[in-house]
Amino acid sequence: MKRRDPLPDMQKRSFLKKVLNGTIAGALYLVYPMNASGFEWPEQIPGVREAYDIHAQKFAFIVDITRCIGCGSCCVADKQEYNVPDGNYRTWVERYVKGFSDQIYVDCPDGGLSGYQTPRSDIQEEIRDTFFVPKLCNMCKEAPCVQVCPVGATFTTPDGFVLVDEKRCVGCAYCIQACPYSVRFIHPKTRVVEKCTWCYHRIRKGLLPACVDVCPTGARKFGSLRDETSEVYKILKGPGVLTVLRKEMGTWPALYYKGARMEVI
Amino acid sequence: MNTALASTAVGSGSIGSATMLLSNYVFPNDLHVHWSMMIVLYPYITGLVDGAFIIAALYYLFGVKSLRPVARFSLLFALAFLCCATLPLLLHLGRPERNLNMLLTPSPSSAMAGFGYIYAVSMGVLVSIIFFVYRPLLVELRSTSQGWLKVLYRIITLDSIDVSEKARKLDAKIIRFLVAVGIPVAAVLHGYVGFIFGGVKANPTWSTPLMPVIFLFSACVSGISAVILAYIVIRKLTDRPIDHGCIITMVKTLTGFFILAFSFEMLEVFSHSYLKSGYHHMVEGLLNGPLASSFWFWQVKIGSVLPLLVLGIMGIFKLRSPLYNFLAAGVSGILLVQVLIMRWNVVIGGQLMSKSARGYTEFHPLWFDKEGIIAVIIVMAIPFAILFVLGKIFPYWAHENE
Repeated sequence: MKRRDPLPDMQKRSFLKKVLNGTIAGALYLVYPMNASGFEWPEQIPGVREAYDIHAQKFAFIVDITRCIGCGSCCVADKQEYNVPDGNYRTWVERYVKGFSDQIYVDCPDGGLSGYQTPRSDIQEEIRDTFFVPKLCNMCKEAPCVQVCPVGATFTTPDGFVLVDEKRCVGCAYCIQACPYSVRFIHPKTRVVEKCTWCYHRIRKGLLPACVDVCPTGARKFGSLRDETSEVYKILKGPGVLTVLRKEMGTWPALYYKGARMEVI
Repeated sequence: MNTALASTAVGSGSIGSATMLLSNYVFPNDLHVHWSMMIVLYPYITGLVDGAFIIAALYYLFGVKSLRPVARFSLLFALAFLCCATLPLLLHLGRPERNLNMLLTPSPSSAMAGFGYIYAVSMGVLVSIIFFVYRPLLVELRSTSQGWLKVLYRIITLDSIDVSEKARKLDAKIIRFLVAVGIPVAAVLHGYVGFIFGGVKANPTWSTPLMPVIFLFSACVSGISAVILAYIVIRKLTDRPIDHGCIITMVKTLTGFFILAFSFEMLEVFSHSYLKSGYHHMVEGLLNGPLASSFWFWQVKIGSVLPLLVLGIMGIFKLRSPLYNFLAAGVSGILLVQVLIMRWNVVIGGQLMSKSARGYTEFHPLWFDKEGIIAVIIVMAIPFAILFVLGKIFPYWAHENE
């Protein structure tokens, strides 16, 4: 039997390279389907990429407290998306612990960026309940921040987003005082106010907010209320109990909480 | 330290049932006090302007003749401080170069957007009053001065030398009209500053309709105190006699305004305490915790009860004029500090309460910062420098015996 010569090293290397390239290309094709205009991310909010009528669009954000596991992925995604300076938070996750004495213990080390990996050891009494509460801009329909901004730098878009024009903001911090949810801060470099936008730039491209996109348990939900198949539409239409934070403020948030205990502020 | 504060939840249930909800949790963005010492100075300075203007108004509009020695001085005092009223705001703004946006493109829904206009009207009215009050004297100084000073007086008098009886009568009418306009303008200027705080519903210590009233009366207290103290000190330093009747009238006016101011300040606290509504546990915890010293001891006991006793003694007993003047200067000094502490307790104290309603943050003033202690001292020194310069152009006491 004639013995076959082994493949030269160069041929083997070339073969392996081709196999690897093919695998990567195939995998990328599955993840990012290409069309005639080049790369396009898959649409995560159906209908947004069609003609966007800013006056007709309506969105909702729902936080399901019963699903949050306090992993902090949303906080990491947000920090990466916006390069949020240390010590300031566009979103954060609080840990609530309730004792049998009705005492509430809340903490939020580093805004929950590192995730809650260990239980609290400083609580002496028997614990009755514990849960995590993600916080972000409430996108109030009667936004006090919009009302008090002296130069109109904070404004509400026709599709319901409260945004900040950083080129107009004077950095007076009146909106920070007015916000009942403390979601605003002064950026140490730009010296103007900054806050969560629900990733408006992503939404306009049909993508989910970064924090919603990475949430492994579906605790953060976002969608169009014009889309009857969206999860948020179904939840809002359904019989489940939803609450908003600090209802007594009369701010009419577009951010709803599912499963929020009365202790949540 | 701040991070530690946020991450630590110290159970404070042991303090009492009223504080059961407190676990010293501060929202992460609430750790930093955004309105610091410059925003303490802002209402303080506008308050001094208002109070000083009240003295002038009592003389020029209501004809309280005993206030004549300080009438012109109080106008200049008000002007010196009004010139600097925007300084703290500019130092506070993150982007001060955009400050004119508030005037050029204001948002009509914002209380803050009105400041530029209210300030401009106040300044216009005050400068006009000073112009008409000083016009005869300036015309006289124009004729006796030389060089650049003569040119300056010529400009200030708008090159008019008409000081005839008819012109003076017209001036007097205009002054009365301007002062009558000036009183509501001054009240709006400072009541409005109070409303900027009172209109923040997210902060339970600020959100009260009483806030503009409290600010207005405490403004009168600080301004009148400042005029009393400045008058006594300047007259002593320049070796001139002190008009005792004038001091008595100012002290009586001060007493009235201070009783009102203190009553409203206490009414606010006792209302919270009695109603025990909503955020009572937070306000109670604030006043008995982080503000226990600056509120109860300094603002109430030293800054309010002590002056009330002294003012009572000055009102009831007939004291010799040197002692009366000494006490007037002393009580005015204490009240000036009291109002500053009150501003601190409202502005800084109000922000120590996190909107989490579960804890308090801390505030440590810096020395070298655009809103630091050195900057505060400089901002408070500038009006006195302006007052000194103004005194050279508009003599405080000229023709005082006429």
